[in-house]
Amino acid sequence: MKKLFFSLLLCLCLPAWAAEAPKLDIGKGGQCVEDAQWMRKNHMHLLKHGRDDAVRKGLRDDKHSLKNCIECHASTKDDSAIARDDSFCVSCHRYEAVKIDCFECHSGKRKSAWLQRNAK
Amino acid sequence: MNEIDIQRRGFLKTTLGAAAVAVAPGMLLFQVAHGKSEGVSSKVRWGMLIDTTQCKEGCNDCVTACNRENGLSGETKATDSQWIRKIEIKDVSNGRELSLPMMCQHCEHPPCVDVCPTAASFKRADGIVLVDKHRCIGCRYCMMACPYKARSFVHEPLTDQNPDVPRGKGTVESCTLCVHRIDQGLKPACSEACPNKAIVFGDLNDANSEIAQKLRSVASTQVRAELGLNTGIRYQGL
Repeated sequence: MKKLFFSLLLCLCLPAWAAEAPKLDIGKGGQCVEDAQWMRKNHMHLLKHGRDDAVRKGLRDDKHSLKNCIECHASTKDDSAIARDDSFCVSCHRYEAVKIDCFECHSGKRKSAWLQRNAK
Repeated sequence: MNEIDIQRRGFLKTTLGAAAVAVAPGMLLFQVAHGKSEGVSSKVRWGMLIDTTQCKEGCNDCVTACNRENGLSGETKATDSQWIRKIEIKDVSNGRELSLPMMCQHCEHPPCVDVCPTAASFKRADGIVLVDKHRCIGCRYCMMACPYKARSFVHEPLTDQNPDVPRGKGTVESCTLCVHRIDQGLKPACSEACPNKAIVFGDLNDANSEIAQKLRSVASTQVRAELGLNTGIRYQGL
């Protein structure tokens, strides 16, 4: 009976253990503007509240802006945070099955890369 | 008034005073801790004065600069966005011809803001009329309401936008007076690009600014002034 119980428990635990955590290309990385674990949980709140302040009041919080996220976390290979399956935003959001609309309007690339392409 | 009333009045006064003294520094500290100012101020009103006598026919530099700055395609089909366009006008009675740039006039009383059902179209405190694309549902009422035909609708999915100028399908857009540049202390791209310095940009409320001084000394017109919208863009020599 005990054996059966443990094997059942093992069966239930296996899929959770076997499902691989997403591997992401964190770009430049380094020290984040906030604690990394806190950011995993709360980055969406920063972006959502920040956007109204920026658009409506002109309060541009450069540190917590989407642009600043991308500045650090866009891949060093293609300057993008959304271009590939393992790009910074894409890999987690795909894993969690959360669709983001940000990049239908916002650029997922570094400003420097955009400037290079659109030089006079 | 009896003595109890007077005592009560005195008591209330001291209590309220003490409460104010206790709360005020806390409020102040809260603001300091959050590091937020009030944002843009209504003491400023951004505007432009366009000297049509200096605007050359056939010159398109302001339009090109706008397109490059804001990532517009530069095409002029019915479904393409145009934030600024050059128009040629002719007085048929005497044949006088003029060329001038036309764009969002950044009205003090913008009709586009009045009609917007989602409050996406709004006027920032410093007088810049903008679309909050997080709220815009693409109904295009504002395009109907605008007397200057200044707004465009994005029909196709876009890629490779300027990171400072988010634009996307299903929303209405127009001249932002290069708000992202203004917030960095720069001039709008069109004003900077004009080879004849025909577009003067500045604060209409600041009596010492170049634009306010020029407005004091030369005759200027608002396009369709009869609508009483008090536009932020003024024209000289119209």
